[in-house]
Amino acid sequence: MPPIIQVEQLVKRYRKAEQNAVDGVSFTVAPDSFFALLGPNGAGKTTAISILTTTLTPTSGLVVVAGHDVVQDPDAVRRQLGIIFQKPSLDLNLSAEENVRLHAVLYGLYPWRPFYRLMPAAYRKQVDELAAVVGLTSAEMGQAVRTFSGGMKRKLEIVRSLIHRPRVLFLDEPTTGLDPASRRGLWEYLGQVRAQGGTTVFLTTHYLEEAEDADQICILNHGRVVSMGTAETIKGDLVQNWVRLDAADRDALAAELTALGRAYERDGEGLTVPVEAADVHALLRGIDTPLTRVTTHTPTLEEAYLEILERPA
Amino acid sequence: MMHQLNAGMTLAYRDVLKLLRDRGRLVATFVFPFIFIGILGGSLQSSYGQTGGMNLFDFVFTGILGQTLFQSAAIGIISLIEDRENDFSQEVFIAPISRYTIIMGKIAGEGLVALVQAVGILVFARILGVSISLPQLMRSVPAMVAVCLFGGAFGVLVLGSIRTQRAANMVFPFIMLPQFFLSGVFLPVDKQKPFLSALSQLSPMRYAVDLIRGTFYMGRADEAEAVLKSVPFNLGLMTVLFVVFLVIGTTRFVKQETER
Repeated sequence: MPPIIQVEQLVKRYRKAEQNAVDGVSFTVAPDSFFALLGPNGAGKTTAISILTTTLTPTSGLVVVAGHDVVQDPDAVRRQLGIIFQKPSLDLNLSAEENVRLHAVLYGLYPWRPFYRLMPAAYRKQVDELAAVVGLTSAEMGQAVRTFSGGMKRKLEIVRSLIHRPRVLFLDEPTTGLDPASRRGLWEYLGQVRAQGGTTVFLTTHYLEEAEDADQICILNHGRVVSMGTAETIKGDLVQNWVRLDAADRDALAAELTALGRAYERDGEGLTVPVEAADVHALLRGIDTPLTRVTTHTPTLEEAYLEILERPA
Repeated sequence: MMHQLNAGMTLAYRDVLKLLRDRGRLVATFVFPFIFIGILGGSLQSSYGQTGGMNLFDFVFTGILGQTLFQSAAIGIISLIEDRENDFSQEVFIAPISRYTIIMGKIAGEGLVALVQAVGILVFARILGVSISLPQLMRSVPAMVAVCLFGGAFGVLVLGSIRTQRAANMVFPFIMLPQFFLSGVFLPVDKQKPFLSALSQLSPMRYAVDLIRGTFYMGRADEAEAVLKSVPFNLGLMTVLFVVFLVIGTTRFVKQETER
């Protein structure tokens, strides 16, 4: 299946900037997958997502979303997208439902009517259903958005972004400013959306744990891709697994490891042997020296991530 | 096409709703014309009106009507910058609609808002004793709509060169206030020095005010005294300028948004 998003050698340099905000980034996203663009503040995530969602023109490179070039045919791209922005982009003067109605008309789904009850039955049904999914009551949908909490605004944005059944749902650091309960709620709703199928989720975040469930993670730093793959491959790429062994007779253990052809480091607490996770059993079976301690170390993605961010530009 | 029309209408409706839900703005809408026409028109009339032989009350009323419509529509467009700062414009800019639809919807919305204000002016003018006949009103309404569209396009032109709300707040009085005096809102501008006369001809508001006056004074004895150019002339010029302002302004605005 062709990718739903294709990015090739994307470069963006803002006017009067001395460096590229996005500097030769390439990746593809498979349809119906969950893709996470991960990086610290200032890595170029928002720049990249702005270009992908047609609100910013790239300096160079190719970006194709849902089969359409973002520069050549932005309208066709926009029709396929749903976006949840970093900062809620709701009209505070309108009610929750009016925000959704405005969106539905802008996307050409329904004709415009000045009152909710004059809107087509299909629209009202869809709004009710989506509001129920995120847990907004119909009374709340009639309230002014001005009175909403941060969590409720996010829920409303989800309803709004899904009303036109987008093929790609972009979320730009969507949990910023949310409390843990709202945050967990957001992921549950997204899970439900993905379970229904037909929607690719593209997430940017600087929270590692939010990216960990993604089918594919792309780590961006200083505008460049520093690592890409599943959580497992990124872990494998970036941080070595090791086993720390110790024995009453350390010299014998060291000699035995050398005989087995294993590299190791020796310090005051024992010997550290780099080893793949699947290989630990074979290593231990091959050792005859009685061991006094075995510690395996499988790094978390967090550790892998921090290591990347510490690298110089 | 239907989709674009619907989208434009929705955006326009949003602006009207915003006005209706903002009590402070609504009150201001009705208080300003009262101050202008009532106090200014009255005092001008008692100081100069009698000697000149012209009814300055009518003159100021039509001037304020044209000026308010033009200025309100123009300044309203600048709320697009406010939207940008409130992040709402993101929602509009990622919608699959033409950028011209966004701008036209905005012009229509702010034009409607300006027309609501015009109702306030008409009501107060009537209370203060300006006589407005039905044919006068019928002629003025299309002219008022034209002035709103023209003012909106002028707003778009200014918008194309401004990035922040602060800049807008600084720039707008600077380009609006001189037009107040150059356009003959309060006093006739036909007997000015050449330098001021040239500046007056350059201010778009002059044609808006003159168009409203043309429809109001049509057929009256003092028409030649109050009105500068014919209705078709003003309308024709405004149409040309409308297109020019709109195209330049929209192109620049879209460039600003996407080519950062």
